[in-house]
Amino acid sequence: MSDTARETVPDDVTPAEPATPGSPVADPAADRLLARRRWPQRLRLARVHSIWRQPAVVVAVGILAVWVVLALLAPVLTADPIAQSPDLYRPPSAAHWFGTDELGRDVFARVVHGARLSLPLAVVIVGCSLAIGGLVGLLAGYLGRAADEILMRLTDLVFAFPQIILAMAVAAVFGPSTRNAVLALVVVSWPIYARVIRSAVLSIRSSDFLASSRLLGVGPWQALRRDVVPNSVGPAVVLATLELGNAVLMLAALSFLGLGPRPPAPEWGAMIAAGSRDLSIWWVSVFPGLAILTVVLAFNIVGDALRDRLDPRYARGLR
Amino acid sequence: MLLGFLLRRAVVTVVLLVGVTLVSFLLIQAVPGDTMTATLSEQALQDPEVVAAYRARWGLDEPLHVQYLVYMRNLLQGDLGVSQQTGRPVLDDLLTYVPATLEIALPAMLLSLVLGLAIGLYAAVRHDRFGDHAVRAGTLVGLSTPPFWLALVVLYVFFYLLGLSPSGGRLSTWIVPPEKVTGSVVVDAALEGRWDVVWDAVQHTALPVLVLTVLTVAMLVRFVRSAMLEVLDADYVRAARAKGLPTSRVLTAHVLRAGLVPVITVSGLAFAGLLSGTVLVEQIFSWPGVGQYAFRSASALDLPAVLGVSLFVAIVYTAVNLLVDLAYGLIDPRIRLS
Repeated sequence: MSDTARETVPDDVTPAEPATPGSPVADPAADRLLARRRWPQRLRLARVHSIWRQPAVVVAVGILAVWVVLALLAPVLTADPIAQSPDLYRPPSAAHWFGTDELGRDVFARVVHGARLSLPLAVVIVGCSLAIGGLVGLLAGYLGRAADEILMRLTDLVFAFPQIILAMAVAAVFGPSTRNAVLALVVVSWPIYARVIRSAVLSIRSSDFLASSRLLGVGPWQALRRDVVPNSVGPAVVLATLELGNAVLMLAALSFLGLGPRPPAPEWGAMIAAGSRDLSIWWVSVFPGLAILTVVLAFNIVGDALRDRLDPRYARGLR
Repeated sequence: MLLGFLLRRAVVTVVLLVGVTLVSFLLIQAVPGDTMTATLSEQALQDPEVVAAYRARWGLDEPLHVQYLVYMRNLLQGDLGVSQQTGRPVLDDLLTYVPATLEIALPAMLLSLVLGLAIGLYAAVRHDRFGDHAVRAGTLVGLSTPPFWLALVVLYVFFYLLGLSPSGGRLSTWIVPPEKVTGSVVVDAALEGRWDVVWDAVQHTALPVLVLTVLTVAMLVRFVRSAMLEVLDADYVRAARAKGLPTSRVLTAHVLRAGLVPVITVSGLAFAGLLSGTVLVEQIFSWPGVGQYAFRSASALDLPAVLGVSLFVAIVYTAVNLLVDLAYGLIDPRIRLS
């Protein structure tokens, strides 16, 4: 399979002036030079701020903010999401905004409480995948040769499975639970980060400013810390944002398959599965679906906008 | 050189396939507790003879690497284990369900490619104007929608509210299914000349195909659009325009042709999306395909079936990727060199 990872070409990088051969690092001129290598980052931050000019981004961030507030205040705002009542399958009404489900539970309470599951879990999934994939990508790109070959073949193995299929297998093997669903999703998502970060590292490694910093006597570890890692942040941020949405979506899919958080946890995917048994009780599944849709869409809009700003290749193509 | 390219791709694919079986094997090993209790049904566990035969069959008393070889040997003989739910070999189960999945997956794939190209090209040509923005927004919504939820909503609207479509399944219950020749109900009915049955079967495929297509098109359009934008910007396209070729000719002869090449690479990815889609969608439409089998196996924690399905899908997907790579290499000679 061809490498689908985005190659990041930092076009805004101002190559450092050619270093004077033999100049020691302690030289103030060299220090200035090294400091200049941080330019790209500052430029990039300016780029990030400009996404606020897009109305869609403002709306998307607003939606996410509302969800976060809802998640935080859920116990105050809504009824108990697992309290059963004899009012089964009541359609939406003033008492139950989103109706009640097969156990007489308030669907509104469950949808709002669902955010308390999906949002933090998505963050955990993305965080773990980013940590593992980022490390692997850094090592593969920076060490090169055998390490690169072995690590990349490892990612190929994961890519040989459609994501949800492998996640399903892993979650089924370890048994259905919240922890195992997260584990399964980390197992299937880390390779994407590894590839993207690796290609970012590769493009930095072959850049002129890294060569010049090496000439200035900067050691490989210092270069890794000062140049390679900071310059991989852009692609990683874009990917992580897009993957937050994907994580919410995949977690719901696993739950839909019965491999997510156990009942009676108010998980969105599981709620849709429960509502799918009977079409006449549309409210049981429609509202959790809308919850997923709004959250994922918001992440995708922000991720897209970030990509346009941070990934020059896409800035040209996808704006 | 072409032969070398083919050979190299073939070797890479075989290595990948071996790796895939290794992943599948390690997953079985990773089952917490005893593998046997997890993979054999309750009933079979009661019978010491069955247990002994099972241990011998999978070499459970051997060291791990021998177990893997035994596993590979069984696999090459088509043994994916026995489903706990159906009590039948997983491969037999899969083969009965594949035709149903193909009946919705193939039309969805074709439709997605055609629509993906058309809409993607349209968006690229209308770059940064209303049509383009509308398409982009549409694809974002499509990508953000849970497939199983979309299936439910579509079914609710077209079946429950409007009564325009059947509730699910491959045929209406009162119809005697045609004799199985190709496995596709539509084709088999046509072979028998029963056109009313063909119509009924097509109506049953409509909604699943619609849902799968929407999801795949959303992904394809984004890719086609950016590929086409890149081509539209190329010097030779500008040259073609400058020499006064009509726009339609520039688009079909220059842009679409060059833009097709990168699109071929995503068709593999689109196929993966389709496979995942069937797992999440078939259950809603009571569609008796691989996806429903996967859904039921996962819900029932039928491990041999789940692992069998995932291995099967991975093998199919790897094969499709090989085909995509080969097609890519045949069309674009530059690829063969790398």
